[in-house]
Formats: sequence, C-alpha cells, structure tokens
Amino acid sequence: MSITFENVDWAEIWQGSLDTLTMLAFSTLFTAIIGLPLGILLFLTSRGQLLQNKALYAVLSFIVNILRSVPFIILMIMLIPLTRLIVGTSLGVQGSIPPLVIGAAPFFARLVETSLREVDRGVIEAAQSMGASKWQIIWKVLLPESRPGLIAGITITTVALVSYTAMSGAIGGGGLGDLAIRYGYQRFQTDVMIVTVVILLVLVQILQTIGDRLVAYFTRR
Amino acid sequence: MIQLENLHKGYQVDGHIVPALQGIDLSIEKGEIFGVIGHSGAGKSTLIRCINLLERPTSGRVVVDGTDLMNLDDRQLQEQRRQIGMIFQHFNLLSSATVAENVAFPLKLAKRPKAEIEQKVTELLTLVGLEAHRNKYPAQLSGGQKQRVGIARALASDPKVLLCDEATSALDPQTTNSILALLRDINRKLGLTIVLITHEMHVIRAVCDRVAVIDGGKIVEMGNVVDVFLKPQHPTTQEFVEQVADSVELKEIVSHEKADKDRTMIRITFLGSQTYQPVLFQTMLETGTPFNILQGTISRMKDTPYGQLIVELEADQEQVNKTIGSLRQRGLEVEVI
Ligand SMILES: Nc1ncnc2c1ncn2[C@@H]1O[C@H](COP(=O)(O)OP(=O)(O)OP(=O)(O)O)[C@@H](O)[C@H]1O
Ligand SMILES: [Mg+2]
Repeated sequence: MSITFENVDWAEIWQGSLDTLTMLAFSTLFTAIIGLPLGILLFLTSRGQLLQNKALYAVLSFIVNILRSVPFIILMIMLIPLTRLIVGTSLGVQGSIPPLVIGAAPFFARLVETSLREVDRGVIEAAQSMGASKWQIIWKVLLPESRPGLIAGITITTVALVSYTAMSGAIGGGGLGDLAIRYGYQRFQTDVMIVTVVILLVLVQILQTIGDRLVAYFTRR
Repeated sequence: MIQLENLHKGYQVDGHIVPALQGIDLSIEKGEIFGVIGHSGAGKSTLIRCINLLERPTSGRVVVDGTDLMNLDDRQLQEQRRQIGMIFQHFNLLSSATVAENVAFPLKLAKRPKAEIEQKVTELLTLVGLEAHRNKYPAQLSGGQKQRVGIARALASDPKVLLCDEATSALDPQTTNSILALLRDINRKLGLTIVLITHEMHVIRAVCDRVAVIDGGKIVEMGNVVDVFLKPQHPTTQEFVEQVADSVELKEIVSHEKADKDRTMIRITFLGSQTYQPVLFQTMLETGTPFNILQGTISRMKDTPYGQLIVELEADQEQVNKTIGSLRQRGLEVEVI
C-alpha cells in the first residue's frame, strides 16, 4: 500500500497549522507571564532565601504540585467551566488557551525556581553588600544571572505545550491535533495523521534549535 | 571609623544555638589597615559580615562612621552599605555582566547618571590596571584579574571602608602580593579604612597596621602588627607567627646545640633603620666575644623593616651578660633562647 495523500486537504492543514501556532504563541506568552513570577515567588519564599516564608511556600508548592500531577487531558475537562468563564467558550483556539496555560505555568514555575537556585549565593550577597534592594536583587541579579536557565526552561515548556495543543484537539480545541484526531484517528486517514505529525515534529525541532542557540548565546560561564 | 561593642552572634543549628562570636570589642581607626586573623571556624567571616550587617549580630552594637547600623530600617541600611565596600574570597562577580558592567553595578543600583558612571568606571579600571579587559566576561579572566574587578567594583561608590573577606586566599603567592600591593596603594591614595581577614600571617605582615587574633569567637590578642609579631603572647598568635618565621629549623638547631655549656644562643631583633646598620659587628668587636650566626632574616612589616638573627656566643656567662647588655644599650631587642 502506498501513501497517496489523497485525503489531505492542504487548505485545512494550513489553517490547522496557523491555529496551532496561535495557541502556542498565546499559551506560551501567558505561561511566562504567570509562571515566571510564580517561580520567583517559590524561590524567594523557600528556606534561607530573601523572603523566606514557610507557610506561603508550602501553599504555593502544594498548588503547583496538584496542577502538575493531574494528567493534562483530565485537567482540560475539569477546567471547562472555568474556561467558559474566562474566554466565553471551551472550544476552538480560544477555548484551549486557558487550560494550556494552567497546565503549563506550574511546570514552568518549577523550572524557574530551579534555575534561580543555581545562581551563586555569593553574588546575591555581594549585591546586598552594595546596598541593593530586594527588587534590585530580583531584576538585576537573579534574572540576568539565571537567563540561560530561564530560556532553556521556556523552551522545554513550549515544546511541552506543542504536545498539549495537540491533546486539546481531543476536546475540540482546534489546530493540528484536532485534524489528527478527527481525520487520522476517527476516519483512519493515515496520510492526514502523518502530515500533521511531521509538521508538529518540524515545529518542535525549530523551537528546540532556537532555544539552544539562545542559551548558548547568553551563557558566559 | 568602626566600633564593635560587645558583639555576640549565635547560629541556630538543628534546634540549638552555636555561638560564633562571643563578646567582640573592637575599634578601628580611620585610614588604618586592620587585620583579623584566626583559624578556620574561629568566626572571622562572621565578624566581618557583621560590620555591614550581612549577618545580624544577636546582640551588641555596630557603629560605622558614627552611625549605629543596628537601628536602621532596610532603606537606611542600604544607603549606609554604599559607604562600605566589600570584596570576597570567591570574587562574587556577576557572570552575566562584563568587567565594565560589574564595576558600574553599584552605581547603577544607586541610579547615578550615565555619564558619571562611564567616567567612574574608566577611572577605576585604570586604577586596578584592567582598562584593556573592560568588555570581557569574568569567566575570561584569571583569579587575580577577577579580584581586581572586585576591588574596582567595591570602590565604585566611594566607600569609606573596605571589607576584605579572605580576598587573597584563592590566589597564588605572586598574585596575592600584587593584590596586597594594590590594597596598600588605595589605602594610601584614597585614605580608605580597610578591614582584612585572613588565616595567613604573611598577609597581615605585608599590609596591616594593627591586628586582632580571634579564636573561638573571642579576640585573644590585639595590637600593632610590629608588637604582636615580635612578642606574640597567646599560643594561637605564636602559632601564626611561626607560620612566617623559619622556626622549624630553629627548634632543631636549638635542641642540637643546647648540650654545650659554654655556648649561649640569643635572638636579636632589629627594627626600623637599625636593620641596616652594623650594630652586631660593632658590639662583638668591642666586647671581643666570638660569635656565630646560625640564622638570619630580614623582612618588612608593611613599611617597617625588621631583622632577626639567631646568634651563638662562645663565651662564659659573664662575657655573655656583658655582650647582651651592650647590645641592649644600642637599642636592640635581645632574648636568650
Ligand atoms: N550560616 C551558618 N549557620 C550555622 N553555623 C554557621 C554559619 N556560618 C558560620 N557558622 C559557624 O560559626 C562559626 C564561625 O564561622 P565563620 O565562617 O565565621 O568562621 P571563619 O573564621 O570565617 O572560618 P574560615 O576560615 O573557614 O572561613 C563556625 O563554627 C561555623 O560552623
Ligand atoms: Mg571565612
């Protein structure tokens, strides 16, 4: 049996790719906006750090762990009411963004926390000895010093989001994942499945390469 | 310039408190280079970190340039810390910033105007001899160069005090000497008060005016380097002084030679300009005592030259006493060993 691509509707594939990219762009953006401060807060409130706060750390850590332990597909279904509340629909590109963000932000926050932990304590102390305020330590020491780690973290998160967007196809989320499920899985159109998977694969390759390049560029050690 | 009064600091370690400082009293004058020496775990780092409150003492007073730091709120403390530069054993430079950006860092924190920062950075990099490396990253520098960046950065906000926490301990002897020379230089040029902690007596000898010896969180001896060096009282101090004297061989010589009755061994110490005068020769000529030099050193404590000779006198007791008397008359320090 040879593959003929007879079932492939290229216009639909194009639209699916655009939808996937849109979902990816917005969900990455909001994941960063929510995950970065959350990760910083996790780091700062942990033991021995600038804003050490056992109770707050325990609460944040617990929430993050819960969100990370629920399988994404279940999380999406659980979040349908909340998603409707936020963007008015639980379907299509729009409807898939809130669950994507809520699934990925805690994951990214942990990666942020880990990279901030890598920052040399001595450098933070040096900044304190120069009269840096806590804000200045965050903005001028912690973030620049952990930049390569943060970029690596957002790269990993974005790649994870690619597979999450595909999964969101299962509940009518739109994009390439949606096509793969509707045609490839439900109608046995293997050629559509292959095309979508190849596009996703290329996308992941491109993202990872960009991420690696940026990390290399910003690494001064 | 710096007053520490009855400073105590304890660390909480699994439920109970480990005392690190136990009642430190210290007064450091403006413009002096003050050394603190002690063994590992003696509390040196804790002590120096209390001066800028990187470590908050459990009790006691920390006064820098008339300001009691313990009574300040966060913002006032940040302001005061700009007056107190600090350099570290492991340099603690921002790895993501260039040499020039590192030096500019404290000025950026203080929100100084760009032109002023630019000028100051150039000035400081010239002072520490790193103008050519301004756009390099710390990872591209040697240890000595990194410490120079650390010094330039610490000086950027025109501090009145410079704290050095084992600033040369990660460097080889030659680099150590060049960094020490730089510290002396800025102490002289800028009239900066320097507090330096170390576990190496030669560092104290090379740059310090006064020294405190710390052991078990307490100061066990303190005084002018010259005095502490030549007449160490506390066993810990004596140990440190031995680090730099060639006393190991001396002990061997002493035990070897002691047997003979008509031989007396003495240690003669020269200080200042005496060091370069032929006093020993003149005395021996005068008294006619046969002598034998077993060991000798000439060195320098900061700006004071000094020498020590271990001399064996081949004479009876009376002759020996006469000779020693004569040497003392000429202002030399003599000790029978
Ligand atoms: N953060 C800390 N928590 C608990 N104990 C500490 C802490 N810092 C220092 N100590 C203890 O306080 C004592 C003094 O430590 P400090 O670091 O001041 O010694 P030091 O003289 O600088 O030694 P070294 O030459 O090894 O640097 C030691 O017993 C040490 O174990
Ligand atoms: Mg130490």
